[in-house]
Amino acid sequence: MPDLVTLTIDGRTIQAPPGTLLIDAAKRSGIEVPSFCYYEGLTLAAACRMCLVEIEKMPKLMTACTQPVAEGMVVRTETPQVAAARKSMLEFLLANHPLDCPVCDKGGECELQDMTFRYGAGESRFTEMKVHVDEKQWSPVVFFDNPRCILCYRCVRICNEGMGVGALGVVNRGVVSEIAPNKGDHLECDECGMCIDICPVGALTSGIYRYHTRPWEMQHVGTICTHCSNGCKTTLGVRNDEIIRGNNRDHSGVNGEFLCIKGRYAFDFYNHPERLLAPLVRVNGTLEEVSWSKAIETVAAKFNEVRGRNGKVGVIGSNHTTNEENYYLQKFARQVLGTENIDHHRTGDVPNLLDALSGKTGKLATTADLYEKKAVLVVGTDLALEQPFLSFQVRANYRHHQAHVYVVTAQPVREDQYAAASPRVAAGGELDAVESLRDRLQAEPELVVVFGDAIKGEAVRRLVDFGESLGIPVHYVCLVDYSNSRGAVDMGLLPDAAGGLALPEILAAQDLDVLWVVGANPLRGRSPAPAWGGRFVVVHDLFLTETAQAADVVFPAASAYEKGGTVTNVCGEVQRLRKAVGAMGAKPDLEIMGLLAREMGVAAEMGPWIPDTVFTEIRKNVRGYDVPLPVLEMGGAAQTAAVNGRVALDGRPELIRSAHENLFTSGTLGRYSKVLNSVVENHGNR
Amino acid sequence: MLYNEPNPLETRILTRRFGLENSASIDTYLATQGYQAFEKAAGMKPEQIIEEMKISNLRGRGGAGFPTGMKWSFVPRASPKPKYIVVNADESEPGTCKDRLLMENDPHQLIEGTLIAGLAVDAHAGYIYIRGEYRYLIEIVDKAIAEAYAHGYLGKNIRGTGFDFELYTHTGAGAYECGEESALLESLEGKRGIPRIRPPFPAVAGAFQCPTVLNNVETFCAVPPIIRDGGAAFAALGIPKAGGTKLTCLTGHVNRPGVYELKLGFPVKTMLEEVGGGILGGKKLKAFIPGGSSCPVLTGAECEGLTMDYDSMAKAKSMLGSGGVVVMHEDTCMVKAALRIMRFYAHESCGWCIPCREGTNWLRKLLQRFHDGMGQRSDIALIGDLAKNMLGRTFCPLGDAAALPTISIVEKFYHEFEDHLNGKPCPYEVGQTSRSARVLQDPQATDPLTEESNA
Amino acid sequence: MTFSAELENRFARLLTSYPPGRQRSAVIPMLLYAQDEIGSVTPELIEEVARRTGVTPLQVDEVIGYYSMLHKKPLGKYHVQICTNISCLLRGGMELWEHACEKVGVGHREVTADGQVSLEEVECIGACSWAPAIQVNYDFHHFVTPEKLDRLLDGLRKIH
Repeated sequence: MPDLVTLTIDGRTIQAPPGTLLIDAAKRSGIEVPSFCYYEGLTLAAACRMCLVEIEKMPKLMTACTQPVAEGMVVRTETPQVAAARKSMLEFLLANHPLDCPVCDKGGECELQDMTFRYGAGESRFTEMKVHVDEKQWSPVVFFDNPRCILCYRCVRICNEGMGVGALGVVNRGVVSEIAPNKGDHLECDECGMCIDICPVGALTSGIYRYHTRPWEMQHVGTICTHCSNGCKTTLGVRNDEIIRGNNRDHSGVNGEFLCIKGRYAFDFYNHPERLLAPLVRVNGTLEEVSWSKAIETVAAKFNEVRGRNGKVGVIGSNHTTNEENYYLQKFARQVLGTENIDHHRTGDVPNLLDALSGKTGKLATTADLYEKKAVLVVGTDLALEQPFLSFQVRANYRHHQAHVYVVTAQPVREDQYAAASPRVAAGGELDAVESLRDRLQAEPELVVVFGDAIKGEAVRRLVDFGESLGIPVHYVCLVDYSNSRGAVDMGLLPDAAGGLALPEILAAQDLDVLWVVGANPLRGRSPAPAWGGRFVVVHDLFLTETAQAADVVFPAASAYEKGGTVTNVCGEVQRLRKAVGAMGAKPDLEIMGLLAREMGVAAEMGPWIPDTVFTEIRKNVRGYDVPLPVLEMGGAAQTAAVNGRVALDGRPELIRSAHENLFTSGTLGRYSKVLNSVVENHGNR
Repeated sequence: MLYNEPNPLETRILTRRFGLENSASIDTYLATQGYQAFEKAAGMKPEQIIEEMKISNLRGRGGAGFPTGMKWSFVPRASPKPKYIVVNADESEPGTCKDRLLMENDPHQLIEGTLIAGLAVDAHAGYIYIRGEYRYLIEIVDKAIAEAYAHGYLGKNIRGTGFDFELYTHTGAGAYECGEESALLESLEGKRGIPRIRPPFPAVAGAFQCPTVLNNVETFCAVPPIIRDGGAAFAALGIPKAGGTKLTCLTGHVNRPGVYELKLGFPVKTMLEEVGGGILGGKKLKAFIPGGSSCPVLTGAECEGLTMDYDSMAKAKSMLGSGGVVVMHEDTCMVKAALRIMRFYAHESCGWCIPCREGTNWLRKLLQRFHDGMGQRSDIALIGDLAKNMLGRTFCPLGDAAALPTISIVEKFYHEFEDHLNGKPCPYEVGQTSRSARVLQDPQATDPLTEESNA
Repeated sequence: MTFSAELENRFARLLTSYPPGRQRSAVIPMLLYAQDEIGSVTPELIEEVARRTGVTPLQVDEVIGYYSMLHKKPLGKYHVQICTNISCLLRGGMELWEHACEKVGVGHREVTADGQVSLEEVECIGACSWAPAIQVNYDFHHFVTPEKLDRLLDGLRKIH
């Protein structure tokens, strides 16, 4: 550790590492120096002049955001001179500000309001005409109200630096300077909404949230996004049992300040008009709404009947349901229904990675590692489009730590902007390209290897062998698609090595008595649907999907935002879902399974269908899941312990196929998200 | 060409070739000791060149007056990065029109100055950033650069010295702020002219983030005479701590406006009376701006005993600035002067920081209203207050440049503001056209100069 | 986009005037010289300059509104720029401006119906000692009086 610098702020002696900015040093000692334009992690702007402080021996007030600490420095942050400067900056800022706080979305959580409350004047001396510009819509989700803008340039910087998109700039000069989108009158970008989130005032507002409510009217529920596998925390703003917005209010998740369009806006599938609200049972060839008890009775009776005669059962689980549900499902299948025919849509070769790493510990990278390790190798995936948070981490690692990033892909990717090397390869040539980087990678002090479904089966072993031969610490991430794809693997939604039908075989088998599909839509895109003869099909879903349409009984399932439980992200980090809203008519899959167990008379064997109780069982029985509960309780992410033994494999890597969802798609959920569809349409229409 | 007659009281060092036939040509230059300073400097050690510059007491002629030798000495010669010479020819301080003449009449002197700077800091490329409006000068300087290449004074192994130097002109496109050195460097890199956070200073991270010597045209033009005749000779022309001559632009209400090369320490009274031929129409001197519109305004009385140099002006609480002298006689409306100056800063504020962007614009509107006869007594204090709130708190000196003249005008000509409360709209605008008439018809009229974008 | 051979030559020179990888430096000169040739900064020009210098069109757009000589709307064939800044103001620059507006019948950055003449009130153009001064396109005119301006404007009319 370098020698600390000792300085005095407001009479307190403070130590900080050399190079620390005064504003940060003060903050870490509990002294808040106000600012608009300073934002940790972004380049400095020194534009708002709010952080002016007195430093002894300096003739003028200095900006704390640009001043590094120095030995013996004496700083005062609350003198009359400083207070006067702050007040004058606010007066200047408010001069052209519309002061439409009563109808502004930001009212109540506006930094300009807060600063004015603390440091400003209650009255205005400005009596001239204000500069007015009409509000503009830049995309389905981004609106810009220029007069409210204080030109702190946070949005421009987060888009350029944080996202690597560069969709926002500054045009014109002087008092008519304004933020502008990259396509003249509209945006063509990731639609991530980072610019809106980072805006300290109500200049950038969300097309989803604007004019819907006041911030203080909402409850804020921090849960985990149910779309991709990255496991970002999203804080859902809930009013009257309705989700009004998503954001990352307190930056407390693994994702910190990051959220993409899905985490921020695509919660809206949950109240799509086509959402199933009652169970359906096929009567005379058509699905009809029935009561829950009727539907449960029907299915339980059938399950018991098939079980009684040792009938053949196939079970397909989900990439979105919780660990508890997945665990309960596989236990139900194996112990009650006596079947090994259990699978899910496999999106990455996690089993082979875990097996290749058997005998080793601490080899799986966390999301934090992607930001902290000195070098990152990305193989066979367009990280920015498919794994947006991981991409953000890697970019931030480059920005803040000058990490060396290597990208091996078939197509140009956004990471090329800053990659140390980005060899282009034809599909299948990835490992050769990786080998060509050997000398450079060997020279790195440490490495994180991130690979997509281009690397599976034997290739995973070869990649691990390569990594382990470098002689440096290497950590791995096997990419998967959805919010609990990783948990589905870990919980055992796979046929074990001894056999059992895999997903395509379950769908194709002609002799199946029961097909039970929990939260999956395997018939999507399969046309014509396979001829299933007399099998009894039970489907849990939010919507009447292709698979649900072929069912005999459909249970309306609760979404991730309507239930508790845990999910495991792509890096094996377990996080807790928190129920944001009640599900009208639908029930969590765990409860549905529990009701079935009770009806079938196997409740004692299956155990309580309470998420916490099931998780206790998971911690006992699932390797690596003995994670510290306090971490989860506090809303943190606990990485599953690294494997140290062989993993049972069915040796079917060809079944692994990522859907390669992009920024604006998300399987079934994406199809029912108006926001995602409107953005796709909007981009398509341009 | 020359636009005004020379004056016998001038000391013609930098302007000594002005008026010669084909003064801009390399032949004229070579015939009059041209490039001899370079040949001499090539035989000197870099430290000797910088030492000579320090001895000369040359201070930056762009307005800030920073000692040039010291500025050069900050460049880390040993840095593995390439180093650059950048000439600030973005002359746009109101009242200033001297660099234009130096480039028009003696471009080789400028080229030679950059070459010597290159020798001093081990730079091998330079850029002359010329304001876009000076297109004809870009052509003149380009022609001179071509001549220098043709005669082996630019390019590889210049005159067998082993020294390589490439020189380019670069056009601006209309932005006062780009005269600020770090904004100029941003502009040179193809960006908006937003000043940079300093440190690092350009000497360490300037053009293309490399060590850079950045000086005004006049500063570079002073280099060949200093090296040729020695720093001491140059220093001796001026006064202690400020050597040499200064090109001074007499503008406004004088009988013989023009650009004159005067020794530092030249008496203001003599300058106005004998060089400038006295106040226009034999009127009384009301106000005096020593060096461009950014300087605090002095009253006629304050000019008594004042000399044109850095310390004397500082003592009078103003600045020598860029040499743009603005003379205002008794019929001038000081509110109108303050307004026009503020309109300029509001128009030219880059908009980056809050106090400058909002402050200049607020003051511009307020002064316009006030001058139009719609002011209130409380506005007078407000004008001064807002200017003081900008002062010393903006990102770059433009905020100070807007605040200083305003504060001084309010303080020194307070009664003229009071007069506007009584005589509506402007009691001083006798026989002059008034924007006020139009504005009074439409009090909500915006100012297209400052409130409209060209885009 | 195609430009004159002369402009292409200038572009080629500009693109080699800056250190490797620093071609963005050429953006502003390219825009200004191209504007001189084609009359304004058009969307196509923005795309073209962005392509040739390796920046995004937005990065080009950012500078256009910043620099007051660049303009997206075409101006007159003869763009008459009248300085009203302090030194010119003291010598009748404002009267000259008002006179020009009246005579030509257009205002700040406006163009006559025939597209021949446009007016602009400009900041200091560096002719303070020879005030009031104006620029017609890039040509300076010093010590301009309303009468001189009339003759000048009439002369421009005659040329076309």
